[in-house]
Amino acid sequence: MTMIDPAATFRSEAQDLFEELERALLDLEAAPDRRDLVDTAFRALHTLKGSGSMFGYDRVAAFAHHLETAFDRVRKGEIPPDRELVAAALSAQDCLRRLIEQPDRDSGDEAGILARLEAVAGPAAAGVGMGAAPSGGGEGPVTYRIRFRLAPDAVAMGNNPLLMLDELRSLGSCTAVAIDDDVPPLEIIDPTQLHLRWDVVLTTERPHSVIDDVFIFVRDGMELEVTRIDGEAGPRRLGEILVERGDVSLAALEGALARQEPLGRILVKEGVVSEEVVVAALAEQQHLRQEAEATRTAAKEQVTIRVAADRLDGLMDRVGELVIAQARLKQLANALDDAAMKSAAEEIERLASDLRETTMGIRMVPIGTLFGRFRRLVHDLARDLGKEVRLSTAGEETELDKTVIERLADPMIHLIRNAIDHGLEDAAIRGGAGKTAEGEILLSAVHSGAQVLIRVRDDGRGLDRARIRAKAEEQGLIAPDAKLSDAELFQVIFHPGFSTANGVTSLSGRGVGMDVVKRTIDGLRGNVEVASTPGRGTEITLRLPLTLAIIDGLLVRVGKGQYVIPLSAVEECVELTVEEDLRHTGRNFLNIRGDLVPFVRLRETFRSTLPADRYQKVVVVSAGERRVGLVVDQVIGDHQTVIKSLSQLHADVESFSGATILGDGTVALIFDVGHLVAQGQTTEVQRQAS
Amino acid sequence: MAVANDNQSFPALTFALSGEVFALDANTVREILDVIPVTDVPGAKPFVGGLINVRGRVVPLADLKIKFGMEAGEANADTRIVVVEIDLAGEPVIVGLLADKVFEVTEIGGASIEDTPAIGMKWRPEFVKGIGKRGSDFIIIPDIGRIFAAD
Repeated sequence: MTMIDPAATFRSEAQDLFEELERALLDLEAAPDRRDLVDTAFRALHTLKGSGSMFGYDRVAAFAHHLETAFDRVRKGEIPPDRELVAAALSAQDCLRRLIEQPDRDSGDEAGILARLEAVAGPAAAGVGMGAAPSGGGEGPVTYRIRFRLAPDAVAMGNNPLLMLDELRSLGSCTAVAIDDDVPPLEIIDPTQLHLRWDVVLTTERPHSVIDDVFIFVRDGMELEVTRIDGEAGPRRLGEILVERGDVSLAALEGALARQEPLGRILVKEGVVSEEVVVAALAEQQHLRQEAEATRTAAKEQVTIRVAADRLDGLMDRVGELVIAQARLKQLANALDDAAMKSAAEEIERLASDLRETTMGIRMVPIGTLFGRFRRLVHDLARDLGKEVRLSTAGEETELDKTVIERLADPMIHLIRNAIDHGLEDAAIRGGAGKTAEGEILLSAVHSGAQVLIRVRDDGRGLDRARIRAKAEEQGLIAPDAKLSDAELFQVIFHPGFSTANGVTSLSGRGVGMDVVKRTIDGLRGNVEVASTPGRGTEITLRLPLTLAIIDGLLVRVGKGQYVIPLSAVEECVELTVEEDLRHTGRNFLNIRGDLVPFVRLRETFRSTLPADRYQKVVVVSAGERRVGLVVDQVIGDHQTVIKSLSQLHADVESFSGATILGDGTVALIFDVGHLVAQGQTTEVQRQAS
Repeated sequence: MAVANDNQSFPALTFALSGEVFALDANTVREILDVIPVTDVPGAKPFVGGLINVRGRVVPLADLKIKFGMEAGEANADTRIVVVEIDLAGEPVIVGLLADKVFEVTEIGGASIEDTPAIGMKWRPEFVKGIGKRGSDFIIIPDIGRIFAAD
């Protein structure tokens, strides 16, 4: 077992707190009157201060204290959470981050930030003291007693008390008791009138005002009493509850207690309260008891646990090896042709596949965690460039392998920067074009088969087709007379050193960046597509595999070598007819239901010396819109594949994206379909040109 | 590998390539394998033209003979694969090295190591770190870092 470093735990906890704080701050900037955000920020700072001093990060604790003080004043309504405060708080948060990452380095800007904070929020001295407990709403579930009696004609007016009760239930854990001691005898009852009242005990994290809102339309003529009751001290005695509710006087209670009969029964017998009232009070007691119990269990069993990423990687490696071993077992079992052996092998196969799914599930992270990080980036960029930018996101719940997500961060930053700097126009130009002054950046993610599509879209000026073309020709990237579709032309923006920007800003324009995007996405076995409409905006789509670790593949043979084609890219397998094969020197095209698909003879590409199989097969693969046929000697079958990356010694090998180990222990290479398709298409284009 | 440079003693694994004796720092050697099936990598440099499976890892197989300009030979009963960990641009990389024969692990005395003579060398001098002596035999100490970095 490795020793867990408590300071490391603090640092990772602090990361979460910073994210929470930053989210709250950015939301607050957009919605300054949301008190719950102020509370969230305050809570994060308070925790940071407490844990910081516990783990010896005294400077962090002291600094967080100042910031907390400022937010305490916001909570009290003494200062407004305006833009300036949010900006000061954001830079203070960055300072805190630095203090945690490099506790020994003197950044020297602490004092400056504090001064700025004080200018906005007033001196720190008047604030909360060190270690003061947070108080007020929002710091956890609070229990309220809600007693209400609707106006007698409320039902006749079309109100339904049951809906109000349902609404209360939706706010948290809720116990409702109807009290019917005012219901008149049947002979004189007026059925159009409401004779019931309710006692409700509600434990909720929502603020008091939300409860009031439930009754907002029936306030006239109703009795409503909402009291905060303290459930934290543990369940209380029935007598205490009745007294506090004002249902029983203390004297009556004490008298009853002296007689040691069940309290409720005595009180009812004495006529002090009605039986219904006691039932309601008992229900309240029960509720508080359950709440206390629930809090205890929640503290005992944690819903989530933190696991170091390298342990997950280790687990994935083991599972990968298990899948390989299982493939070997299956092969052996089939060779032995023993029924018992086969059934055991199938059992193992099923378990291995379940285990694989589970392990992959653990590694899956919703992409929202990544999108969240860009809010700050957009905020800062918009400020630096003097543009108004609104960031929207969609599909945050889309899950992706955590390794993919981590490696996506850099390319996404480039894309967002480009979109804001080059894509979005200034407010004046936007106004002239009849657009809203505020530019929009939309980040979205969606599953599509075994791939995830991530889009960065802006509603800016769009790519300048003519200018890109001119620059590309000037730099010799495309032939002057080449006929290119927009999608093909736009691919040149990913070329290293390509830039159409006239000036170099601090953000972009140097022509680096887009090639980084392309390289990273290629490395993730994905691809990039660009679509753009002049004046309407640009959309960049990243297509990525769900996971980097395991894929389903089609095992094929070329010459004496076995290769794996990712199954997600395979469209169909057809036989290479003799006529098509004989057109050796002519066009290498395959007629697939009327479409001409170029094909690549892998035997030639790999310079295989073995004689070709008589009946060669063509595996049609696709990458994005484009298709290409791969001519192989034999299609062997499905193969679940654990991807092993190639070492740097093979960095120059482009046709393969990785390797895997087959059931018999030999190594097979995995095709890089994107590269082969591109290569097949270019070869065809060159052939046509010559 | 820095040990040999300073002409200090180091434990070495000795092996044969085309009749010459070579020595590797034994500390970098992870294991020695009999010949196993090798997968060719189309399009790769001939020097690292294959991949092997070493306990579930996919490991490149290198043939030092190609770098030293030696005649390639067929594998036989004595052929072994020496699995070593090398440093490639700061990253540790596991590589298999083909050897015609593996001899032993021995101590190579620092005093016996001479710098690579500038002339009279049959092999490309930049790939040789030094020449050791054991009895009357010469032992070539290859510069593994430079061999894998040079292209």
